[in-house]
Amino acid sequence: GAGAAPQRTGLTWRLPSPHSAMKALILVGGYGTRLRPLTLSTPKPLVEFCNKPMLLHQLEALRQAGVDHVILAVSYMSEVLEGAMREQEQRLGIRISLSHEKEPLGTAGPLALARELLAETSEPFFVLNSDVICDFPFTDMVRFHKHHGKEGSIVVTKVEEPSKYGVVVCEAETGRIHRFVEKPQVFVSNKINAGMYIFNPSLLHRIQLRPTSIEKEIFPVMAQDGELYAMELQGFWMDIGQPKDFLTGMCMFLQSLRVRHPERLHAGPGFVGNVLVDPSAQIGENCTIGPNVTIGAGVVVEDGVRIKRCTILKGSRIRSHSWLESCIVGWLSSVGQWVRMENVTVLGEDVIVNDELYLNGANVLPHKSIAESVPEPRIIM
Amino acid sequence: MLKAVILIGGPQKGTRFRPLSFEVPKPLFPVAGVPMIQHHIEACTKVPNMKEILLVGFYQPTEALSRFLVSAQQEFKIPIRYLQEYAALGTGGGIYHFRDQILSGGPEAFFVLNADVCSEFPLPEMLAFQQQRGDPPSFVMLGTTANRKQSLNYGCIVANTDTCEVLHYVEKPSTFVSEIINCGIYLFTPAVFQHIGEVFQSTQRELLLEESTNGWQRAEVIRLEQDVFTALAGRGKLYVYKTDGFWSQIKSAGSAIYANRLYLSQYSQCHPERLARSSPRGPTIRGNVYIHPTASVDRSAVLGPNVSIGKGVTVGAGVRVRESIILHGASLQDHTCVLHSIVGWDSTIGRWARVEGTPSDPNPNDPYAKIDSETLFRDGRLTPSITILGCNVTIPAEVVILNSIVLPHKELSRSFKNQIIL
Repeated sequence: GAGAAPQRTGLTWRLPSPHSAMKALILVGGYGTRLRPLTLSTPKPLVEFCNKPMLLHQLEALRQAGVDHVILAVSYMSEVLEGAMREQEQRLGIRISLSHEKEPLGTAGPLALARELLAETSEPFFVLNSDVICDFPFTDMVRFHKHHGKEGSIVVTKVEEPSKYGVVVCEAETGRIHRFVEKPQVFVSNKINAGMYIFNPSLLHRIQLRPTSIEKEIFPVMAQDGELYAMELQGFWMDIGQPKDFLTGMCMFLQSLRVRHPERLHAGPGFVGNVLVDPSAQIGENCTIGPNVTIGAGVVVEDGVRIKRCTILKGSRIRSHSWLESCIVGWLSSVGQWVRMENVTVLGEDVIVNDELYLNGANVLPHKSIAESVPEPRIIM
Repeated sequence: MLKAVILIGGPQKGTRFRPLSFEVPKPLFPVAGVPMIQHHIEACTKVPNMKEILLVGFYQPTEALSRFLVSAQQEFKIPIRYLQEYAALGTGGGIYHFRDQILSGGPEAFFVLNADVCSEFPLPEMLAFQQQRGDPPSFVMLGTTANRKQSLNYGCIVANTDTCEVLHYVEKPSTFVSEIINCGIYLFTPAVFQHIGEVFQSTQRELLLEESTNGWQRAEVIRLEQDVFTALAGRGKLYVYKTDGFWSQIKSAGSAIYANRLYLSQYSQCHPERLARSSPRGPTIRGNVYIHPTASVDRSAVLGPNVSIGKGVTVGAGVRVRESIILHGASLQDHTCVLHSIVGWDSTIGRWARVEGTPSDPNPNDPYAKIDSETLFRDGRLTPSITILGCNVTIPAEVVILNSIVLPHKELSRSFKNQIIL
C-alpha cells in the first residue's frame, strides 16, 4: 500500500505505489580534499564508511523512503563514480542521474542546474549534503513537510559547538524558522542545519544558475517569507567529511547499530564493545579488537594485535603485535609488526609501514613506504 | 709481578648516570650482562703474573659492592680488595694515599684503569710496548684517535711520532691540540709515586701560603691528568701506546647502551658461547644478544640486535626488544616493544606498551667519532635520548613512553614523551 517500505526481491527493489515516488538531489561536490589521502584514490562518495560506501548509506535510506530518482550534483566528474552508480541503479532499482557543474555553483546553484530533472514531477524533493551520516529521517521529513504545507523544511540537530555551523532560530511548537545565521559569532541557538532538506519544486524559482549559497542567500529570505520550517533530528548526527569526524561518526553509527541491528556486530572472545567485521576478514589469535572498530573485506589481522576506534579498509593487513588507536588504514595497506599508530593517523591506499615504527597523527599519501617513525603529527608525501 | 688498580670514584661523581646510579654504584652497572668493572677485571687476569687487583674509590662499602667482590674473586681466582678513600682524593690522590698497599709485595709495574671506560683493554700489548722501550721503564698511557671537534672533550696528547714520547698533555683544551686522546688506562712503575709526591708537596706549599681561604680544599686532591701528566710531558718519562681497538667513555645512560653493544660485539669474536642463539624452542635472536640463564623468555619473542637481558627477567609472548638493556627482575608483558631503552630493576611494562628512546651513537661514517657527552637540555628542551626506567617503575598497558626518564618507584598512568618524570 501507499507508504509501505519497498520489498526486496533478489537484487532489485520493488517500488511502492507511484504517487509517493520522489526525487533527491545529493550535493556531492568536488575532490573531497578534506578526506585526503583517502580521496586521492577514490571519489569521496565511494569511500567505505562502516563497510559501506558513504553514498550508499544515503541511497538505501532514500530508496526506503520512496525515492526512485537520485541526482548527484558533482563538480568533478569521475568515471569511477559513474561506473559505480550504474551498478547501484541495477541493484537498488533506482534511477541515478549525474549533474555536472563545470564551474563552481555553491550550495544552491546545483539545484538550478538540475532544474529540469527536479521539476519533472510536482512532488517535493530532497536535497542532502553527501557528508552527513545519521539515522536518516526521510519518511518523517515527508510527513512533517506535508503537514505544514510550506515551501521548505530543514532538518536541524543540537550540537555542543554551534558556531562552527549554520544556526537556526525557530518556533518551538511549529518549527517555523525565524532566522538563519551562518557561523554566528555569539551564541544564538544550539540547533544547527543538519544538511538535509525537503523542498517544493516552487523553490527553484528562487535560484538562478550562478554561484549561490543556499544558507546565506536563499534560506534567510525563505525564513522572512515564513516558508521555512525546522524538523529536529532524533539520534546521532555527524559530518564525516574529515578523518577525525569520520572516526567519531563511526563510533556513533556503530552504537546505533547496537540498538537497531545488534546481530550485525561481531562478538566473541577478544572483541570488546561495538565491532563490525566483514565476513571475509581474518582475525588472528590473542587479539583484542574494539571498542568501535570497523574491519573491511579481505582484511587480515595477525596474532596479538590491539585495535581501538579504527577503520581498516578492504584488503589491508595488520601484522602481529601491533597497536592501533583512532586510525584509518587505507585499502591494501600493510602495517608491520610491533607498530604503534595513534591520534588520527590516516594511511592512504597501498601504504606500507615498516616494523617497529611509531606513527602519531601521520597523514600518509598513497603508495608510500614508511621507514621512519613519525613522533609528531605531520603529512608524509 | 704485576698489580692493577681500578679507580671507581664515588657517589658525587657520575651524576650524569642518574637515575640508574640511585640503585647501584655506576661501576657495578651491568653492561653486556656483567658489572661494568668485571670487564676490567677479566682483562687484568689475562695478563701473566697479575697478582692482585685493588679497587680505589670513595663509595661506602655497600652490600652490592661486597657481594661483587666475593663473586669476582671466586670467578677469577685472584685477590680483589676495595680501598676506600676517606674523601674524594682525585685520580692521583687515591693511588698516592694507598701507595704502600699498591707497592706491597714489590710489583715491577701496575696498571691503573678508570672504571667508567669501555675498552678492549690491550694490557699485554701495553706491557710489551713498555718492555720494548727498555730502561728505565717508562710510564705508558693508552691513547686512541678522536675527531678534531670531539677531542676537546678529552685529555689531548701530543707525541713524538717515532718514539711515542708524550711531549705535551692538555686536559679538555678549549682549542684544538691533538686528535690523540687519553683513554684513562695507564701502566705505571713505582717511580710514579715520586712524581705524584712532588705535586703533593708543591700543592701543600701553595695552600699554606694562601692561608687557606677555602677550608675544604685538600692538598691530597691530586688529579693525574691536570697535575701529573702535564708536568711529566716532555721529560722522557711518559709514553703513549696508541690503539685502534674499541674504546668509549661511559658517562651517561646513552653511553651504557653503546658500551653494551661494543662488549656484545667483543663476545661474538672472543666468547661466542656467552651469546644467545636462535633455536626452534626458543625466542628469535637477531645479532648479538645476551640472556642471563635465569631469565625466562617466551619463544615468540624477538630479541636483538644488541640486547642484554638480566637475571630473572620475564619476557612475555610476542615481545620485541632491540638495542636495549633489561635489568634484573624486570617483566615485559605480552606484545610490548622496547627500543633504545634501559628498563630498570624489577620494573614492569604492561601489555602492548611501547618504550622507546633515541640512540646517541657516534656518527657511523666517522671511524674516530666518539659518543657525544650529551647535555640533557638544548635550547630549553629535553634532547631526545635513551629512555630510562629507574628501578621498580610500572608502565601501564598500551601506553607509549618516548625519550623520557622515569625516576625509581614510579607508577605511571598514561603516555609520556620527551619528559623527565619525578
